Amino acid sequence: MPTIKSLDDLKRIREEALAKRKAKTTSGQVQITVAMGTCGIAAGARDTMKAILETIAEKNLEGIIVTQTGCIGLCEREPIVQITVGDQPKVTYGKVTPEVARRILEEHVLKGQVVQDHVVPL
Amino acid sequence: MKELALHLLDIAENSLAAGAHHVTIKVVEDTHNDRLIMEVCDDGKGMDPEMVARVVDPFVTTRTTRKVGLGIPLLKAAAEACNGCLEIESEVGKGTCVRVSFQRSHIDRMPLGDLAGTLLTLLVGNPHVNWTFIYQVDGETYTFESQPILEILQDVPLTEPRVLAYLRQELENGISQVQKSTLLQKAT
Repeated sequence: MPTIKSLDDLKRIREEALAKRKAKTTSGQVQITVAMGTCGIAAGARDTMKAILETIAEKNLEGIIVTQTGCIGLCEREPIVQITVGDQPKVTYGKVTPEVARRILEEHVLKGQVVQDHVVPL
Repeated sequence: MKELALHLLDIAENSLAAGAHHVTIKVVEDTHNDRLIMEVCDDGKGMDPEMVARVVDPFVTTRTTRKVGLGIPLLKAAAEACNGCLEIESEVGKGTCVRVSFQRSHIDRMPLGDLAGTLLTLLVGNPHVNWTFIYQVDGETYTFESQPILEILQDVPLTEPRVLAYLRQELENGISQVQKSTLLQKAT
């Protein structure tokens, strides 16, 4: 069974991640929440989530927490993604296609510039 | 929705809303009997028989009191269009099982779609839940458990870039291996 070998791989990944974490100090925790109600899923939230996770893996972004939530009552603006960087107020984005999600990670999470044209005023 | 995997994600979201700690997702493809069965079972708060009857009917659930909404009726209609059906077994305080079946070869059956993507989304978004995923094609089985992985990782989050890459690979490999070995059997 390949499973046992792959769990060993996972142990190694964990140790390397811990070693790396010691080497650098994390700057401001980032929390990303993707709305996953029926409305969100039908609008493409899973692919948005996938794009976010892929970008994290590709660009090696550390210290990001990705969670999900249900319908927040803005079904017509789905897929919806909320971003909280450190102590800053939460920003809600609407119509977040995979491309927009990559832009948000690039501009908002990495450079601190809110992607204004997709912000949903609450 | 264009994929069965998206419906699975949607049904599993109901389990999360019901406060489940352990969710088992099972997908069985049986080419001999021409059936495709999907099951989501949880240990959430469960529903009484009246509620069970209600969640399959989109016109009885009202928006303010609804618990499930359109997801279940949509899936039920999709199954019934393919000589299949949707059943819900539930007990208050024990949990809920949603089981849906399709005629596998039916022209209207949606493709399975991105199963790995659905599982990764559920897993990463809800690491506190214990996930079991079973995928079976004609007796070949792939089983994925989240518990052993979380035990190894401890304080390292699932969103650690290399962990994400690992999880994606593990799921995609497992799923494609089951599909491949069945195709090989067919060919010989």
